[in-house]
Amino acid sequence: MSRPALWGWIAVAIGLSALTIPWFLWGDATLVAGVPLWLWWHVGWMGLASLVFWLFARRFWGLGIESDSDSSGGSPGSGSRVDAGGERR
Amino acid sequence: MTVAIQLGIIVGYLLLALAIGLVAYRLTDRTAEDFYLASRTVGTIVLLFTTFATLLSAFTFFAGPNVAYEQGPEWVLVMGLMDGIIFAILWYVIGYKQWLLGRQYEYVTLGEMLGDRFASRRLRGLVAGVSLLWLFPYVMLQQVGAGTALQALTEGTVPYAVGAGLITAFMILYVVVAGFRGIAWTDTLQGAFMLVTTWIALVWVLAVVGGPSAASSALEAEAAHHLALGSDFYTVQWMLSTAITIGFGVAMFPQVNQRFFAAGSKKVLKRSFALWPLLCVLLFVPSFLLGAWARGLDVAIPEGENVLPVILAEYTPVWFAALVIAGAMAAMMSSSDSMLLSGSSYFTRDLYRPFVDTDLSARREDLLARIGVVGFATASFLASLWNPATLFELGDAAFSGFAQLALPVMVALYWRKTTRAGITAGILASQVFYLSSLFTSIVPSTYAGWTAGLVGMGLGLVVTVAVSLLTTPAPDERRAIYFDGLEAD
Repeated sequence: MSRPALWGWIAVAIGLSALTIPWFLWGDATLVAGVPLWLWWHVGWMGLASLVFWLFARRFWGLGIESDSDSSGGSPGSGSRVDAGGERR
Repeated sequence: MTVAIQLGIIVGYLLLALAIGLVAYRLTDRTAEDFYLASRTVGTIVLLFTTFATLLSAFTFFAGPNVAYEQGPEWVLVMGLMDGIIFAILWYVIGYKQWLLGRQYEYVTLGEMLGDRFASRRLRGLVAGVSLLWLFPYVMLQQVGAGTALQALTEGTVPYAVGAGLITAFMILYVVVAGFRGIAWTDTLQGAFMLVTTWIALVWVLAVVGGPSAASSALEAEAAHHLALGSDFYTVQWMLSTAITIGFGVAMFPQVNQRFFAAGSKKVLKRSFALWPLLCVLLFVPSFLLGAWARGLDVAIPEGENVLPVILAEYTPVWFAALVIAGAMAAMMSSSDSMLLSGSSYFTRDLYRPFVDTDLSARREDLLARIGVVGFATASFLASLWNPATLFELGDAAFSGFAQLALPVMVALYWRKTTRAGITAGILASQVFYLSSLFTSIVPSTYAGWTAGLVGMGLGLVVTVAVSLLTTPAPDERRAIYFDGLEAD
């Protein structure tokens, strides 16, 4: 399993958590369409998070958890191993 | 007339839920694994909504909008971070690993999973005991919420004790009959119902008051600081402490943690994971904005009453307000029935079976699980009669209490060198620390604005790692089972 991918995704997870609340708008009361700008940021950010999670689930699912069966460094879940199993037992 | 409509809607809802429960009962095998986990066959929509509906409780529906009313809409951000992001990440980090292990070794509870790895009956009992300690008051809290809501809704015609008692009796009947499958199905119905009614409620109120801009100007006139991000209440430390402790706490809450085992396939988990943040934001924004905007509206909220029902009663027709209240009651029940089921499974599998009767047959365990549900619900109902403390404080304490378990468990899941002594010490130290901060004056409850819950989590992490480094693993520990051969197929 590729180490850089693991650390990269840990960084993404921390980044996603860190900016869910827009700290850079602290004290700001700008309204856009009657709703605070910071709330719009949050709504957009949650949409982005969903997209990032979807990407992770598609390409990197299993990273850091599933046993390393091929040490060639390919990302798990990519290519032919996608959902080979795991459906109902 | 009004009361009749309201009660009619609630009773109608309960009957519908019961019908679903009966269908589920017909499909249920008489084994504990089926009763607790629907034999690990849950699909995407059901898993998504059952987790969602279980997570949201009386607290989300009533206390959440109350917080937004009192302090401003930043509560959306705190809940979004804790549930939408932190919990989602934990769903992968803890949940997916648990799911793989659960399938491989047939674990049904967290304690069982840890007890097997560390070859320790005592650790298994400790995890179950700590969990039940926090779960019990939280179930009681839901009953208090249900009793209070029914009393307010019927203007006292149904007294608190009767309301809470009726809901408890219904839940017992429902859980005992339907098991996990029935609960998950009704959760799906409830989750979808809550989502739709909350949005309709928001649109309805906004239509009456003249749109979001008008609502915001009214709020600005009443409490200008509410629209600016941050306040004396919403400090950086408080927002982060709350989001982190509750986010981690949720993952260790028995009824949520147990859902980690229930997915039917990897595909189900992946889809749920990607949809999760969207689902959270879709519910939190309307319900907490409604609470926040309510502050600017010309409606008096009587002391001790919840904001949402009062606003709905003012701005929407009786039947609709009753529908939303029924939805909120449904939210309470969908949390409580899952908690009863999980509480009972922790008791039978991790306390009764290992310590009292080691030769319990599957069939008898199934029976005992149902008896456990009755005992648990009855006891928490009796407790709710003499101790209706405020929802917020109790709920907050339970989440932080569960959060103390999260880091020792994560260390065990990802670090081979964790020892039995290490994890046991980590769990004990953080629990003793957090309980002391709640009940004694020796341990402070805040540290430069950070909560004792968060500090306790750090303590649990440090103690688990330090003691693991200082001790050698017991010879019977199965150190490899969390790591080797762990694959989905």
